[in-house]
Amino acid sequence: MKLSGLEPLVISTASNFINVGERTNVTGSRKFLRLIQEDRYEEAVEVAREQVEGGAQVIDVNMDEGMLDGKAAMVKFLHLIAAEPDISRVPVMIDSSKWEIIEAGLKCVQGKPIVNSISLKGGEEEFVRQAKLVKRYGAAVIVMAFDEDGQADNYQRRIDICKRSYGILVNEVGFPKDDIIFDPNIFPVATGIEEHRRNALDFFEATKWIKENLPGAKVSGGVSNVSFSFRGNQPVREAMHAAFLYHAIKNGMDMGIVNPTMLEVYEEVPKDLMERVEDVLLNRRDDATERLLDFAESFKGETKTREKDIAWREDPVGKRIEHALVKGIVDFIEEDTEEARQQFATPLEVIEGPLMDGMNVVGDLFGSGKMFLPQVVKSARVMKKAVAYLQPYLEAEKLKNPDNRKKGKILLATVKGDVHDIGKNIVGVVLACNNFDIVDLGVMVPLEKILETAKSEDVDAIGLSGLITPSLDEMIYVAREMERQQMTLPLMIGGATTSRAHTAVKIYPEYSGIAVHVNDASRSVPVAQTLSNKASHLDFKKKLAAEYTKLRNGYLKKGDTKEYLSIQDARANKPELDFNEETIARPDFLGVKVMEDLDLSEIRNYIDWTPFFITWELHGRFPKILEDQVVGEEATALYKDANAMLDEIISSKSLKANAVFGIWEANSLGDDIELYENGQPLETFRTLRQQTQKAAAAHNLALSDFVAPRESTQTDYAGCFAVTAGLGADKLVEKYKNDLDDYHAIMVQALADRLAEATAEWLHREVRTRYWGYTKDEHLENEELIKEKYRGIRPAPGYPACPDHLEKQTIFKLLEAEKVGITLTENLAMFPASSVSGYYFAHPDAKYFGLGKISRDQVEDYAQRKGISYDEAVRWLRPNLNYDN
Amino acid sequence: MTENNFALERIQRLHEEVKKRILVLDGAMGTMIQAFKPTEEDYRGQRFKDFPHDLKGNNDLLSITQPEMIKSIHAKYLEAGADIIETNTFNSTRISMADYHMESLVPELNFQAATIARQVADEFSARQPDKPRFVAGSIGPTNKTASISPDVNDPGYRAIDFDTLVVNYKEQAKNLVQGGVDLLLVETVFDTLNAKAALFGLTELFDDLGYQLPIMVSGTITDASGRTLSGQTTEAFLISLSHIPLFSIGLNCALGAEQLRPYLQILARKSPFWVSAHPNAGLPNAFGEYDQSPEMMAAQIQEFLELDLINIIGGCCGTGPDHIKAIAGLATRYQPRKHKEVSEAALKVS
Repeated sequence: MKLSGLEPLVISTASNFINVGERTNVTGSRKFLRLIQEDRYEEAVEVAREQVEGGAQVIDVNMDEGMLDGKAAMVKFLHLIAAEPDISRVPVMIDSSKWEIIEAGLKCVQGKPIVNSISLKGGEEEFVRQAKLVKRYGAAVIVMAFDEDGQADNYQRRIDICKRSYGILVNEVGFPKDDIIFDPNIFPVATGIEEHRRNALDFFEATKWIKENLPGAKVSGGVSNVSFSFRGNQPVREAMHAAFLYHAIKNGMDMGIVNPTMLEVYEEVPKDLMERVEDVLLNRRDDATERLLDFAESFKGETKTREKDIAWREDPVGKRIEHALVKGIVDFIEEDTEEARQQFATPLEVIEGPLMDGMNVVGDLFGSGKMFLPQVVKSARVMKKAVAYLQPYLEAEKLKNPDNRKKGKILLATVKGDVHDIGKNIVGVVLACNNFDIVDLGVMVPLEKILETAKSEDVDAIGLSGLITPSLDEMIYVAREMERQQMTLPLMIGGATTSRAHTAVKIYPEYSGIAVHVNDASRSVPVAQTLSNKASHLDFKKKLAAEYTKLRNGYLKKGDTKEYLSIQDARANKPELDFNEETIARPDFLGVKVMEDLDLSEIRNYIDWTPFFITWELHGRFPKILEDQVVGEEATALYKDANAMLDEIISSKSLKANAVFGIWEANSLGDDIELYENGQPLETFRTLRQQTQKAAAAHNLALSDFVAPRESTQTDYAGCFAVTAGLGADKLVEKYKNDLDDYHAIMVQALADRLAEATAEWLHREVRTRYWGYTKDEHLENEELIKEKYRGIRPAPGYPACPDHLEKQTIFKLLEAEKVGITLTENLAMFPASSVSGYYFAHPDAKYFGLGKISRDQVEDYAQRKGISYDEAVRWLRPNLNYDN
Repeated sequence: MTENNFALERIQRLHEEVKKRILVLDGAMGTMIQAFKPTEEDYRGQRFKDFPHDLKGNNDLLSITQPEMIKSIHAKYLEAGADIIETNTFNSTRISMADYHMESLVPELNFQAATIARQVADEFSARQPDKPRFVAGSIGPTNKTASISPDVNDPGYRAIDFDTLVVNYKEQAKNLVQGGVDLLLVETVFDTLNAKAALFGLTELFDDLGYQLPIMVSGTITDASGRTLSGQTTEAFLISLSHIPLFSIGLNCALGAEQLRPYLQILARKSPFWVSAHPNAGLPNAFGEYDQSPEMMAAQIQEFLELDLINIIGGCCGTGPDHIKAIAGLATRYQPRKHKEVSEAALKVS
């Protein structure tokens, strides 16, 4: 069967079970129903996105609810997800019991969807009519085992109805056999009703019969029905789903609607429970239901806190090591390593044997999406402990046998002027897991040191990382210098601001060796493997050249089709905000205020967790991610570890958060904002104005628009702030690294970052409600804070509204931020890295915006206003220029 | 009834010819019309001299006001060796004709264009019976998209719906068939949902007629992303339109032959139907003109033929009779693409 969204989904006999996402279904998800009922379609679309990100290969959309206009809701929702390529790449399952809703849905999708469902319920004529239309609209179809007499509830009725439906579809309608899917009805078992005893067994047998007798046809079903009588008893339900799927798939079930958070792994169900569950499903004993009911009592209310299973300790040592690596268990690794060491001739064989075998399993699971980054980092911790244990033996061995080279040696560094290294550390760990030697030079590494070390350590490739925009230029310098020195080492580029396009257009042409962009940690492994192998290296280089040349030509050719206004015209199109008593808030406090050693137990409540998960390459919104089909379990474990560490950080005071802010009288003058103290000019913020041609009613914004102009003769106010939560982070990270515990080292950094953001959020609230005090009665929950549902903004230099990092100098000067422990590097990154600084504006209409690209006239004007050279201005604004410089 | 029998006979002949050799499609119509530099007066002719709106640029109208011009273009392509010519009806739906306030002219535009093409094709077939010529009714994408919102601020909005498209396409096709076309060419598909509506309309029409015409579908990959404007990959595009037994599926426009190759390879590998291509004469230069010479284009197309990708080949924007001549010369030297699944199944149903 072939289906399509924006991309194909081909289901063959070799395909695994196809997982249909079931959360965009109003009958199955109360939350989704509420979103649709309240017309919150944007959030409803996010539900679909999470499904796809979580691994759903098809998404089921159902709007069958009495209080809804199901047809309108179906059309609107399908139209909206069509506009989201990362959702609409998968096929849709248009799910309704009403034909008119199905037909309306079929008219909205360009791909080949699945209709769920049609049946003989309304008679043969209607069935034929609908089937013909489904075919004409180009969809596959689910046929329910349902006819004029009702739903099939035993084996014979199931196969009779499926056989009859199939015959009509194939012979009368000419429906493609491959596009027919049967749903032979999954009904509850263990209900105590005698007729239900064979419900599961009938489904299995009917499935088998269909697959053997109706060529091409597939089988699907909604699994959670089967455990209906055990509502409230999660362990039993999960075991039933696992067992049901196991047998159904064995009998040929191809796809289904399954909630993975309600599914246990078949092998992990306790044997006694599984035996009783299977007795029921397979109807093996007369007293099966009673026995399961009795047994289930003992599980009732029990959550997933089962006894730690230590049965694996009985396995042979190789298996034990594998288990420890896959599960990230450090408790026994030293004794197991010692046992292995005694069995093998040399300590190296222990590494290359059981340890590497285990890591290969980890690598395979990670590569196929069955393990996630936090788990891999934990595996790495186990690996490191094992290797550390073997180290003295290896040293002794080395004396005998000096040639002991790994897969390759990679140098990693965050470039000069930049202090951000979480991503780089993750790449280091993942590569180390894959048996690369890592030389990590840390942060703010000057290019001379990078190149010298690369030579002296004889590495196979260099990996550069950076987060702030000037780091992009720094990477270009590295490439240029490597070219000048006639080096040939491959160069890998990564980090948040880097991109394939930037690497192809700006870095690649500077260097005749390989300069390749590496998107994330999982991608770094195949690239590093290819690069450190001389044979594949050349081939890779050729392919990369073709790819990047094409990309570059495309980029250069495409140019910029946007229209730009001159800076004068852009200024003429600025918004005219109202400045009056309503909109100008007179602060209760003027001047600078320092706040040290803040209460982190209060601040932790302000954490926005979503970016924390993204750091760990787990994508999805918090808190929904905790229940995500694919990554939910891992996200929950990570969240638990993170909170445990927060508890520890707070109680041991190992991290310290400081803040400083200031509020002054202010007026705008053109695109500048002048601050006054006692009526005298103090400092000036220089802001940048959007220059792209706007639609009719839209304005060209600059931050200065949010402050009353000087000519209005009204006194307005503006402020700025700097916070850090990174004091002490380095020490803590080092402690964990020394303990070979990258998992917790990265965790510290990720949490310090989140705490810094949370401190900024907390401080902004303090300022709004107490110091500036314009919303004294504000009561917002954290989620509302994250969505910025309050008056006033705190844009940060280096981010879209004000990309110029130089403005940090003005802010730091005003606040004397060094005094609370925050400094600026030569490239204006803040140190500690877990720091945030920005402006405060309080006008009710102040909003965040993206500057976009600007023209040369504004850059020249800006340089002049700021009193710096044009070249200097270009250096800081390069990513925002709409022209080549 | 006899006319019908002739039509069915020609369709039968087409099914036979496509198995024997690579069929050649004509080149661009618009480029050829531009060479005549028609004026507003030429577009209007006698009949529309007092029409209250500008008509310059309404190329489809020339089938009515300047039939000799259109006939001469068809003749040039047939002389160059084209087996299939396309009617001058790319924009002849009410949806597109609304731009010129000529919605009510749609039946006549299609009928007239088909009649002209039929006449010229029949003359050539009579002259050279071993090389029968065919007429494909050209069905363009319309100027509206059913699965993309034209309003960036309202992604749920649609400027056109499926049902309206079905009615429009069906009306166009019906008049093309009445004018005598042998097959229907749904081309320059940039939104697959538009094409699905076209196929839906055509199937309804065939139900009304009581017989089926071969349908060619030709999609447009807009850029190096390898996707249609509406975002589908080539294979997804193929899957989305395989529910109807097509005569052929292929790609045209937007790209030159060189850029089209990787996507044609996907179609050639996966398609259960015959495969067609009519690329542009390269990519437009800085002035928006196509300047690839017939020799350059033929060299790139030769690669298609060597890779065994093609059953039907022609040209789109920027190609003229010289390009088609070069391509037709090549086509005689190569075998058509073979595919074991090819269309036995499809033919059975059609």
